[in-house]
Amino acid sequence: MNEQRAARSVEAVFREDRGRLLALLAARFGDLDLAEETTSEAIEAALQRWPLDGVPDKPLAWLLTTARRKAIDRIRRDRAYAERLAILQVESDRAAPVVPAEAGFDDIPDERLQLFFTCCHPALSAEAQTALTLRFLAGLTTPEVARAFLVPTATMAQRIVRAKRKIRSARIPFRVPGPDELPARLPGVLRVVYLVFTEGYAASSGTDLLRPDLADEAIRLARILHRLLPREREVTGLLALLLLTDARRAARTDAAGGQVLLEDQDRALWDVDRIAEGQRLVVPALTGPGVGPYAVQAAIAALHDEATAFETTDWPQIVALYDVLLQIEPSPLVALNRAVALAMRDGPEAGLVVLDELTGADELRGYHLLPAARADLLRRLGRSTEAAAAYRAALDLVGNDPERATLARRLRELTDP
Amino acid sequence: MKYLLLINTLSPDSTEERPAEGPTVEDFMAFDKAVSDAGVKLDGNALDITTATTVHVRVNGERVVTDGPFAETREIVGGYYLIDVPDLDAALDWAARCPGARFGTVEVRTVWEPVQP
Repeated sequence: MNEQRAARSVEAVFREDRGRLLALLAARFGDLDLAEETTSEAIEAALQRWPLDGVPDKPLAWLLTTARRKAIDRIRRDRAYAERLAILQVESDRAAPVVPAEAGFDDIPDERLQLFFTCCHPALSAEAQTALTLRFLAGLTTPEVARAFLVPTATMAQRIVRAKRKIRSARIPFRVPGPDELPARLPGVLRVVYLVFTEGYAASSGTDLLRPDLADEAIRLARILHRLLPREREVTGLLALLLLTDARRAARTDAAGGQVLLEDQDRALWDVDRIAEGQRLVVPALTGPGVGPYAVQAAIAALHDEATAFETTDWPQIVALYDVLLQIEPSPLVALNRAVALAMRDGPEAGLVVLDELTGADELRGYHLLPAARADLLRRLGRSTEAAAAYRAALDLVGNDPERATLARRLRELTDP
Repeated sequence: MKYLLLINTLSPDSTEERPAEGPTVEDFMAFDKAVSDAGVKLDGNALDITTATTVHVRVNGERVVTDGPFAETREIVGGYYLIDVPDLDAALDWAARCPGARFGTVEVRTVWEPVQP
């Protein structure tokens, strides 16, 4: 029993270290499979040794030494394998590491940034990118990743194997893009982290509205990125956005798991620490020329978090920020959110005009929140028949059960008062 | 590592509207010079896009020869480069510099190598 407890606590240490170890080994050997295999072996060895010998002073250094030894054993056993790695090694030696070592964490450089850029390489499908990032950087097991995306483990395993095969055979490099490439590549990495978060924040399907495990993983990934790239303002903006949005988590569902809309939320349940941390990050993210989309969205989230009530929210400022966002990143989805804020500033009629203009947009076809937003504005205008029709349209499109229940409740209130 | 860049261009039969300013011969010559000077070009040619002939041998050994590319496609391979560069990023960089990428697409393929046991 005691040994099991020791093993569990050791395992907790590994959540963070697994990603670092894997990144170091992948950078060293240029091969994810070998990195993965030896990381697991090193952790297995630690699970056996540490409960008996005690946790070493520098756990990561111990793990790295052990993993390296295992890798060298493997290379000695298998000549053909070694030859292939030797070729890879020549290539990876060429790329000098650009990432500064993280001060105070042993004296081992943090190579996770390379791994981020490999896992989120645009030559991989979006699905593969999120799967690899959760698997290798968040340290989730394949069954955990499968559960997170509600697909069978075998399907997820296959997806990961295929992605790894492409990394190896098309030779997607383990490297951090140079300063000239970074602006083109970084948004891809941030997008993966953001997608993990949004899936956790409002599940696209299933019985739960929230999948907090995924939201937590996304925040953890954003924190790692922020530590590695502290001066990249969009990284700061993304972390701020996730914290400021996630701060409302406890108030977003009721005891039965039902959805509680922003206007009905008990604001006392909001996480003040997360809000404070997010607010501190928003400032540097917004300061300076060329503000990015995550920073602007974080500023919007901050304004919501700072409001004492839905009605007293600074809607004019929110509309202004959506205007900025529309300029940086014109999209019907942003326009939809702006219309909702506009309705709060200028009244439902004004919002409705904009929503009606958006109805034809391709990107919003099949998106339940467009008819849902129309329905709410029509309801507030007392146009009950049209509102009911819009709620029905939204019900046809919604993916998760709690959101469906909210829409159904609104519809009932209209048709059966 | 060897990569094949397949330069896809709008098929001559396509009814789609062609961009007003397609790539010029000079554009391609400049690219060819760059790729040769960098020492990464193993081979490369422009292909005649109007004279494709397709061959298929049936199970019974019968040879079937047809005019045109295999399938009615929007795009056709109009040229190729075989290059030797360290990794996919380097290959993608060359593909992006190819004038064909601005007016069509460039597909980057790796040369298959047997998997080591």
